[in-house]
Amino acid sequence: MNLETPLTENKINKLKAGDKIYLSGYLYTARDQAHKKLCELIENNEELPINIENAIIYYTGPAPARPGRVIGPCGPTTSYRMDKYTPALLKMGLKAMIGKGQRSKRIVDLIKENKAVYLAATGGAAALLSKRIIDSKVVAYPKLDTEAIRLLKVSDFPLVVINDIYGNDLYDMGKNKYSEISG
Amino acid sequence: MREIDGEIISKNISQAVQNANFSLDLKLLNMLEDAVKKEQSLLGKNILKSLIKNAQIAEQEKIAICQDTGIVVIFIKIGNQIQIQGDLYKAVNRGIKVGYNKGYLRKSVVKDPFNRENTQDNTPAIIYIENVLGDSLEFNILIKGAGSENMSRINMFNPTASKDEIIDFIIDTVQRAGASACPPYIMGIGIGGTFEKAALLSKKALLKEKTEDPSIRIFEKRILKEINKTGIGPGGLGGKVTALDVRILKHSCHIASLPVAVNINCHASRHIKISI
Repeated sequence: MNLETPLTENKINKLKAGDKIYLSGYLYTARDQAHKKLCELIENNEELPINIENAIIYYTGPAPARPGRVIGPCGPTTSYRMDKYTPALLKMGLKAMIGKGQRSKRIVDLIKENKAVYLAATGGAAALLSKRIIDSKVVAYPKLDTEAIRLLKVSDFPLVVINDIYGNDLYDMGKNKYSEISG
Repeated sequence: MREIDGEIISKNISQAVQNANFSLDLKLLNMLEDAVKKEQSLLGKNILKSLIKNAQIAEQEKIAICQDTGIVVIFIKIGNQIQIQGDLYKAVNRGIKVGYNKGYLRKSVVKDPFNRENTQDNTPAIIYIENVLGDSLEFNILIKGAGSENMSRINMFNPTASKDEIIDFIIDTVQRAGASACPPYIMGIGIGGTFEKAALLSKKALLKEKTEDPSIRIFEKRILKEINKTGIGPGGLGGKVTALDVRILKHSCHIASLPVAVNINCHASRHIKISI
């Protein structure tokens, strides 16, 4: 299905683990170091450089853009590394995260509790995914280079719903369906 | 003696790291094509097709297959009749610096594990040098992403451990990696040696072209079959193809030891071998 940002409660309610979606609109990029910085600010009650409320964060550190390009290859990085920072961001109203790989039980529970969603982009399909990014600008922490926070505009960005508000986890569902290991 | 100028080495390395980041080798592409046929899960099939499409785009447009253009690991074989003019390590790192800039490849190396300051040129590479007889100079280059590297493990087994126990450890490693390390995986497994030798063998195994020892080939196939029973599948979305290949290297070891190292590589196994 096609979806446009912002991801309002009404839209998120309809998403189920396993749904394939094509997302258009705006999302922020942030990975390890940007998360660390954001959460340090939250801890000290300082103002954040971006508005987290109803935002979507894409865990990625793009490669440099060739001349004339919007962005370089830009696929997801592994999400579990952000798990320790995610509770604080969900509390501030983060609505969706895009990455790859399974989240901790705690995050899966918090996604349900906060009516948020975790989406996966195809890991290693960075060249393909970069074609769906139509604008990119650094909005915070430029010194972090690839790890800076960027505001991306995407068009029909292909994603799969992993964790929905009902507590489902596509990674577990998929594995259970195809596993041939007994017990 | 054959003299080789460090500049020639740099130029060759610069080109090689770009080529490795832009193009998947034919063998791997064939494995992905085969996997599309084998995979039963529709989501899994689509992931595999996307990866093939992604590889085509990267190749045509000379852009990186994956944004994680890795840390460069190089195994160098240098003949005893080769004389390098200049410092070999510097020549290799200079090549990487130039290649990563020219190729618009991501700089993913930090100088210090604690202060995390980026070196801005993706150096230093991890370099291993082996001396051989003759006048050849060979570079076996691996572009290693961190998503899969982080999921790698080592275990020091008792010398009496069975092959089944080793398989259980490998399966457990794959289960822990789950969807995180970009399946379907290429598995490099080092068995024997010492703690560090097993780890090194597991990395080298990722570059192994064929298995001469039939008993090892049987063991590799058995492990592959077991991994593909986990159901993790392409992208971890569920399916029959969790690994594409298993490659083992073994070494003699102490009577009390049986080290086993498992180095996981993602489906974008980027590597290139060049001779100068």
